[in-house]
Amino acid sequence: MNITTFIIAAVIKIALVVFIMLTGVAYTTWLERKLVGRIQNRWGPTRVGPFGLLQPLADGVKFILKEDMVPDYVHKGLFILAPMLALVMSLISIAVIPFGENITIHGTTTALQITGITQSSGHPSDINIGLLIILGVTSIGVYGIALAGWSSNSKYSLLGSLRASAQMISYELALGLSLVGILLLSGTLSLRGIVNAQIQGDAWFGLSWLKYVPHWYIFPQFIAFFIYLMAAFAETNRIPFDMPEAETELVAGYHTEYSSMKFAMFFMAEYVNMFTVACLASLLFFGGWHGPMLSFLPDIAQSLLPILYFAAKVFFFIFLYIWIRGTLPRFRYDQLMAFGWKFLLPLAIANIIITSFIVAWRG
Amino acid sequence: MVHQILFIVFGLICVAGAINLLVQRHPINSALSLVVVMMALSLIYLLLGAEFVAAVQVIVYAGAIMVLFVFVIMLLNAGEEERSRGSRIALLVGVPGVIVMAGTVGWTLIYKSQHLGNVTIGSTDFGETHNVAHLLFSTFLLPFEITSVLILIAIMGAVVLGKREG
Repeated sequence: MNITTFIIAAVIKIALVVFIMLTGVAYTTWLERKLVGRIQNRWGPTRVGPFGLLQPLADGVKFILKEDMVPDYVHKGLFILAPMLALVMSLISIAVIPFGENITIHGTTTALQITGITQSSGHPSDINIGLLIILGVTSIGVYGIALAGWSSNSKYSLLGSLRASAQMISYELALGLSLVGILLLSGTLSLRGIVNAQIQGDAWFGLSWLKYVPHWYIFPQFIAFFIYLMAAFAETNRIPFDMPEAETELVAGYHTEYSSMKFAMFFMAEYVNMFTVACLASLLFFGGWHGPMLSFLPDIAQSLLPILYFAAKVFFFIFLYIWIRGTLPRFRYDQLMAFGWKFLLPLAIANIIITSFIVAWRG
Repeated sequence: MVHQILFIVFGLICVAGAINLLVQRHPINSALSLVVVMMALSLIYLLLGAEFVAAVQVIVYAGAIMVLFVFVIMLLNAGEEERSRGSRIALLVGVPGVIVMAGTVGWTLIYKSQHLGNVTIGSTDFGETHNVAHLLFSTFLLPFEITSVLILIAIMGAVVLGKREG
């Protein structure tokens, strides 16, 4: 592949992924309002378009047309920088997430991943620190929230952002440690490598009737999956860990002083983060884009099947998020901190120790 | 060629961030300049092929330590600094110290560079995670373990000090 085709393919991939991502974000808000509505025996949005399907569009227009206020007493530069930082940092992590193997269009083969390349042998490959990049970018995203609260120069914003950043820093630890078990089993930090490590191996325990059960890491690492799921809920500020917002009990939190598109950017950042942790959960614990091969389908459908499997797994996690939001009450703040530090963190360390003993024992 | 240009760009960003850190009068602006320095350093590590060190630099320094710095500044609600004339000791010891340091580094780089190790900008197999891990757990096992014991002692010290306050 020469350099021109490479650049064109990369630009197309970036544009497509960002477009799909932002559309997905918009329609997740619709899905959330519909599902929570059904859970609470309401209809949710119905007025704009059939089934309220144009509601996200109307919301977007509303956000753009509202007055963009910058209060007089704020620290101006940081006040404007904060929402940008939050949104950009959440969007960057999608760059390292693989969606499938290769795709060939008009004789040009490219990997289904923004930062992935197809090697001359025909196999796709990606950067070998993909997982660390996602962790790093997420930890930089905390600045967006911390600075938003501080630069607003309002006590409600400051308290809200202190709550939010303390929670995110605490649960980042448990999140990072829960992934160590996976790294011990797969022996690589590349997301593609971790997915590929989940399709090898014989049937479980040598039992032939278990040969259709896939080798996903959810089975040996179910404790890590539980920790990851809890920490991911806390990282994305979702119920039952939505103390940063808690709109029914407290003043909104770090985005109290924000209006119009700046508020929408925080909102979008939160939903993009939901997508990122859902993609990561599918890749690390559920075998990414792999699923049963349906060989009776035509070729074109078969080449799209991995993307469909991946999208279905991500959708499952998004659905789970909304389902839990409609079901569980909120934690108290001290319960939240105690749960993170006194329960999840020791559990994650115990999981690492047990996993490393088993890995060492098996050689 | 591209690598050299990128190295110069990131190096300039790094130096600019460091100067801004000293010039800014508000602690939060200084802390954020330090974050910029850390990020530029991590990109330079990436150019050297030390991708693991680059990622850890972002996660640990920019992501964890500097967030705590910003956190403390926010909690204390530190205001803008007053410009003072500076202490006389700093002038008497600091300026000659800087001159001696800069002279030593410059002399070493110009006349003794053949004794220093070589690193190629844009190499790929220098700092892979596997290599770093192998070095840490074979050649440098003792220093690595001693450092972790040191950190453990520091954590215990922090717990003891925290208990006494409460």
